[in-house]
Amino acid sequence: MPEGPVEEILESINLHKSFNRDTPHVVINANRVLSSKVVEGLEIEPQEMPDGVRARLRVARGTKIKQPVHLCFGMLPERGIQQIILDVDIEDEAEVSFMAHCTFPNAVDIQHLMEAEIRVGRNARYSYFERHWHSDEGLVRVVPVARVRLAEGARFSTEFELLKGRVGIIDIDYHTDCLAGSSAEMKARIFGRQDDRIKIKESASLDGEASRAVLVTHIAVRDEATAEINNEIIARAPYSRGHVDCKEIIQGRGVARAVPVVEVQHPKAHVTHEAAIGSVDSKQLQTLMARGLSEDEAVDLIIEGLLG
Amino acid sequence: MTILELRDVSFTANSTGILNGLTMEFWEGYVHAVVGPNGAGKSTLANVIMGLPDYRRHEGDILFEGKSIKSLNVDERARLGITLGWQEPARFEGLKVSQFILASAQEKNKDEVDRVLELVGLEPVRYRNRAVDKTLSGGERKRIELASILAMKPRLVMLDEPDSGVDIEAIERIFEAIAHLKEEGTTVLLITHSARVLEKADHAFLLCSGMLVDKGKTAKILEYFSGKCLPCPHKNVPDLNSGRKTGGKNA
Repeated sequence: MPEGPVEEILESINLHKSFNRDTPHVVINANRVLSSKVVEGLEIEPQEMPDGVRARLRVARGTKIKQPVHLCFGMLPERGIQQIILDVDIEDEAEVSFMAHCTFPNAVDIQHLMEAEIRVGRNARYSYFERHWHSDEGLVRVVPVARVRLAEGARFSTEFELLKGRVGIIDIDYHTDCLAGSSAEMKARIFGRQDDRIKIKESASLDGEASRAVLVTHIAVRDEATAEINNEIIARAPYSRGHVDCKEIIQGRGVARAVPVVEVQHPKAHVTHEAAIGSVDSKQLQTLMARGLSEDEAVDLIIEGLLG
Repeated sequence: MTILELRDVSFTANSTGILNGLTMEFWEGYVHAVVGPNGAGKSTLANVIMGLPDYRRHEGDILFEGKSIKSLNVDERARLGITLGWQEPARFEGLKVSQFILASAQEKNKDEVDRVLELVGLEPVRYRNRAVDKTLSGGERKRIELASILAMKPRLVMLDEPDSGVDIEAIERIFEAIAHLKEEGTTVLLITHSARVLEKADHAFLLCSGMLVDKGKTAKILEYFSGKCLPCPHKNVPDLNSGRKTGGKNA
């Protein structure tokens, strides 16, 4: 049995044995900050609210934080709302990567609402990896909203992963404004089952010369799950480049819809998109079955590859 | 000893006979070749033997080690030890080479992945974590598919046009891998219209328009194929008056 809520949260994300509390981190359960650690140049100012936590994160100019900063957002109760409001400043020339885990191991009816304002300074680098751990039962409603502003030469990457347990309802809305020479890469990988509902809207505005954006969404839905992807890149500046990639595998009575929108407002800009929706590719399936895998095993491996 | 036997197998698609009454025996441990011009029915024959979904409705019977496999699905045939290497191997977005190989491997460990990659001439350290996708060339995917077959340790492998899309250096490694399969006791069936590949076989069948025109030692079939089939003006209309249409047991 876990000794306390921190241990229970860490155990639910399989980090209870390996987590080093000397690394920079914040562990939150519902609206309580259970543990935190910062390093020089990293400021985290959490403030508890009735139904969540508001936090200001700042990485000082020129600071390069080598270790990933762990963020654990847990909700151990069976029911309730957790609102996370983040105000993030990555100052000029700074570098940081966040490893976020959102876990709801006992969920019956949980809402996890995240709202982030993120500013990445000149030539700064910011990467954010977010993995969700949901239970196989119960309903979790996840609504992350982020507004990102990239200064000249900034690099921003975010990756959202929800592969294990029920998705429940997820509604992602991320937007990034890119100034000259900056780059944004936003990825989402989600596996929906039963009656899960997946909605993703990612957009990037290439406002500065030679800015770049890549939006990648890989989704699998089975049973009666549905997915709706609306990704958009608008290129307004010369030499800006963008690419939208959306791939969805459907099985059973799953339904998937993808609407890639690309808009180019400058003759020297270039944006491409690709979208593929359908069942598992028959040649892939036949190849694996010709090696002795059953149809179900082959489908699982193909999906694992797409989402992995 | 016969490992695979076809008894009067015919296959029709869109009212056109693709395979017409094929009776063939494949001896265990041999490298066989099925040779013929484009459209002769060679790949269809491999797909019918593998039991691919669109090729299950055929006449006649197929016996593996004396038992009919006609009612078996692809994976059931594979679990008996039958497999197929495609002319154009599939791409798997995101799936690592090591995952792909381990999926079929008898021995599921990293050493086995490295062993089979080395056998096809690919450096494990460079390839095991790459994805089996469009970032690999056709020749690299072909060799990775062959590596997965080596890891499977099949009883019978059919390789459809093993030299297609492969450079000179890679084709030598593929020939070495075929020799390795034979050393391991695997029966190999090469589907080809290339004299260079045909030379690697111990025994060959000549197909034209879905009919078995001739069979026998490779040198004999190669001579006929190079001398008559390649320059033949009636593509896939066999000259049945030549006395070469046999359809009987192996010569």
